[in-house]
Amino acid sequence: MAQEQIEEYLESIYDLQARDGSAKTTAIAKCLSIAPASVTESLRSLEKKGLVTYEPYQGATLTPAGNAIAEKIKRRHRLLEVFLTNVLRINRDKVHDEACKMEHTISDETECALCKMLAAPARCPHGSPISPCDKTVSSCEACRTEQEAAEPPAVRERKILPVTELVPGQKATIAFIRGDCRVVQRLSDLGLTLGTAVSVSHRAPLDGPVEVLVRRTKLAIDHAIADNIFVDAPERVKL
Amino acid sequence: MSGCEGCGGCTPPRKDDTAGKAEFTIALAGNANVGKSATFNQLTGVDQIIGNWPGKTVERAEGVLQHRGHRIRVIDLPGIYSFSTYSMEELVSRDFIALEHPDAVVNVIDASALERNLFFTIQLLELAPPLLVAVNQVDLAEKKGISVDTKKLSELLGVPVVPTVAIRGKGIGHLTDAILDLAEHRPVPPPLRYGKEIEDRLGKIIPGCESAGLPYPARFTAIKLLERDQAMMKLVQEKDPALVALADRLAGEIEAIHGEPVCVVMSAERYAVADRIAAEAVTFRPQEGAPARSLTDRLDSITLHPVLGYLAVIAVIGGLLVWTFVVGAQLSAFLAGFLSHFEQYEPVISGSFAAVLWNGAFTGFVAGVTLVIPYVLPFYLLLAVMEDSGYLTRIAVMLDRGMHKLGLHGKAIIPLILGYGCNVPAIYSCRIMETKKQKTLAAFLVTLVPCTARTVVILGLVAAFVNIWWALALYAFDILLIVIVGRIAFRAVPGESVGLIMEMPDYHVPSLSVVLKQTWARTKSLLWIVFPAYIIGSALVQAFYAAGLLAPVNAFLSPVTVLWLGLPAVIGITLIFGVVRKELTILTLAVIFGTTNFASILSPVQLIVLALVSMLYIPCISVILVLASEFGWKRALAISASEIALAITLGGIAFRVLPFLMG
Repeated sequence: MAQEQIEEYLESIYDLQARDGSAKTTAIAKCLSIAPASVTESLRSLEKKGLVTYEPYQGATLTPAGNAIAEKIKRRHRLLEVFLTNVLRINRDKVHDEACKMEHTISDETECALCKMLAAPARCPHGSPISPCDKTVSSCEACRTEQEAAEPPAVRERKILPVTELVPGQKATIAFIRGDCRVVQRLSDLGLTLGTAVSVSHRAPLDGPVEVLVRRTKLAIDHAIADNIFVDAPERVKL
Repeated sequence: MSGCEGCGGCTPPRKDDTAGKAEFTIALAGNANVGKSATFNQLTGVDQIIGNWPGKTVERAEGVLQHRGHRIRVIDLPGIYSFSTYSMEELVSRDFIALEHPDAVVNVIDASALERNLFFTIQLLELAPPLLVAVNQVDLAEKKGISVDTKKLSELLGVPVVPTVAIRGKGIGHLTDAILDLAEHRPVPPPLRYGKEIEDRLGKIIPGCESAGLPYPARFTAIKLLERDQAMMKLVQEKDPALVALADRLAGEIEAIHGEPVCVVMSAERYAVADRIAAEAVTFRPQEGAPARSLTDRLDSITLHPVLGYLAVIAVIGGLLVWTFVVGAQLSAFLAGFLSHFEQYEPVISGSFAAVLWNGAFTGFVAGVTLVIPYVLPFYLLLAVMEDSGYLTRIAVMLDRGMHKLGLHGKAIIPLILGYGCNVPAIYSCRIMETKKQKTLAAFLVTLVPCTARTVVILGLVAAFVNIWWALALYAFDILLIVIVGRIAFRAVPGESVGLIMEMPDYHVPSLSVVLKQTWARTKSLLWIVFPAYIIGSALVQAFYAAGLLAPVNAFLSPVTVLWLGLPAVIGITLIFGVVRKELTILTLAVIFGTTNFASILSPVQLIVLALVSMLYIPCISVILVLASEFGWKRALAISASEIALAITLGGIAFRVLPFLMG
């Protein structure tokens, strides 16, 4: 299988898994417009590579290795969408297909440069969150000040998601905050320092503010600001 | 207020006493929502002066505490969370403590959230004033299973600690004793130590700070320099540029170690100390059985619910307005009837000059009394109850998304609601917004909110002589207009906007003294600005009219009033009167035509057009004065001019479109 094809498979399994819990062969076939028989064959091949686990009739789920690739591609896809929409002013309806083709070819360096140029956007033009990069920097500030490091930075190995994606009641710790220096300062003054335990107690409808429980106080935080507060969530609670 | 414990001495202060010099000055400092105001009220009783910090748009509350024959001046500093984000409130507090050297600083902290509160205590200790900590709301904390060992806390912080329940006056006696003790001896608290990599670097900067001859304590100066605090760097740059360069280099080293901006590293350091102290001083009692959902959680499941939450917002705000205007109308009529025994309160525009002048001043006074007491006072009282109970923050959260459409965020709903009472205190309350752009924008939109006086016009013209639905339609249209104008102004006004970050306090039963104080603070601005403007403005405008000076106005304005708006030419004068106070529009109209049956002189379309124009055409004199004092004359006049243009444009369009709508 070609690398591009592998990535397309992993991406659609990632989406289906988020929606249904696992990716059924028929669903993947429909998603990629491929015959179900050849999907089964490809899944077996991906299983051999250690990227998915596949049970006939149950469908496929991503292994941690497969998940890491899928997340990286998703991140690139959404960054590219922001770039195409905001910088090149291409119509929002067209950017998805365009980004689908470009996501497989850009390098880590380009991805990092895009992220810096776009000031680490929180969401793609269609509203899906963009995960933080896999470098072990603790903030975007650190990434910017880091002068062309001699050795490539090590890879982050944790499950990190924006605080807005937490299920009410789910516990997590602050991993990373991006954004304007003054906002970051204000948040850390109010107790949101790295490693602090947080949970979400309420979410206002229509992407309104998120109520975050931290150090036994409750803070209502604007949705866009909260999107940039990333947390380490040990276990993901399924609704 | 409960019993004698809090009042500090049984002889009420005599009038000449308050003018005398106080022996000691103390300051109250702490986070918002920790009971600081309640503590202040307990300490000072009714003897309070509320004003502004000189040259700043920050409220300053001051009172006098009498204890054991001593007079102690108490300053209530604004509720803040840190000294690092450069807000006006923070600068005022920091400079008061560092430069005015109060004899004692009382840090009021919330027993239920010790870490977050201690974070601020630690920043206070950097300033090294004679410090005292009042651990407040210990009763609520106990209910949550949290006990604070105040002895232990005192040992760890190196300052005296007193437990209190300010709202019920508990512990206030001990607090006043401790305050006096502190003020008499002025001990310097020992500094708290941070991590080694920070302390080593502070050690290198402190000697330079000691010799630089600055008004701030050396350790505080060193910490601020290490944090790259812009204001402090600028200050020291003039005295010792090498010191600033050294601190900058050391700050760079810390950033290299932690990989984060140095100010964030310092926040984390302070929280590390706060966490350590809290861990030693607090014991958690496991709650028996399954954890019961607190009252706040149960209420929030309704007030923050996607459907019920909005229904609650509509019911509460709608109820507030309806209650105010139903009760207010009755009260207002009664008061007006009572006052008419003394003097005719409809404007007199003929007769001797002195009589006109006197009548003008009197009607201005009556208008003030019949608006403020029946409408504005009950409105603000109820609003203060909502605010102190904690519900207003929930409204802010629910409407945050909608406020984004106006370029603002949820907190802006507070000035906008206040505007329905009177625009003047509403514009003052725009101070709660973070940036200058957001303050200006919120104030501009407040001036479009129909206040009580404008409501009198809308009800008196449209609800009374067309029907109630057209009156409500005007209100709905006004809200739509605020949204549209907000969106346009958001693009036009320069500056930056920041999103909502707000603490959500637990619900509690409102404290009477805090509610009364808040109501008074808002009503007071009416007395100082609106009353004089009403009295002087009404006298002058009537005198001008009686002297015939306003006669050319009708002719001058007639192209606009008659040709474009389709109103009688005489409306020109009533609109000039309306600049003094909006409800004067219809009072003057009644006098000029000699009837209060407006349907006999104006068609339904004309009534609606006049109400619409009166609602929008210019803020009244009082509002223009307040806008000028808060934002400068340039912005005040720009807002007035744009509203005149808006009112004329919309009025003319309404005159042409309404006949089709009304059939």
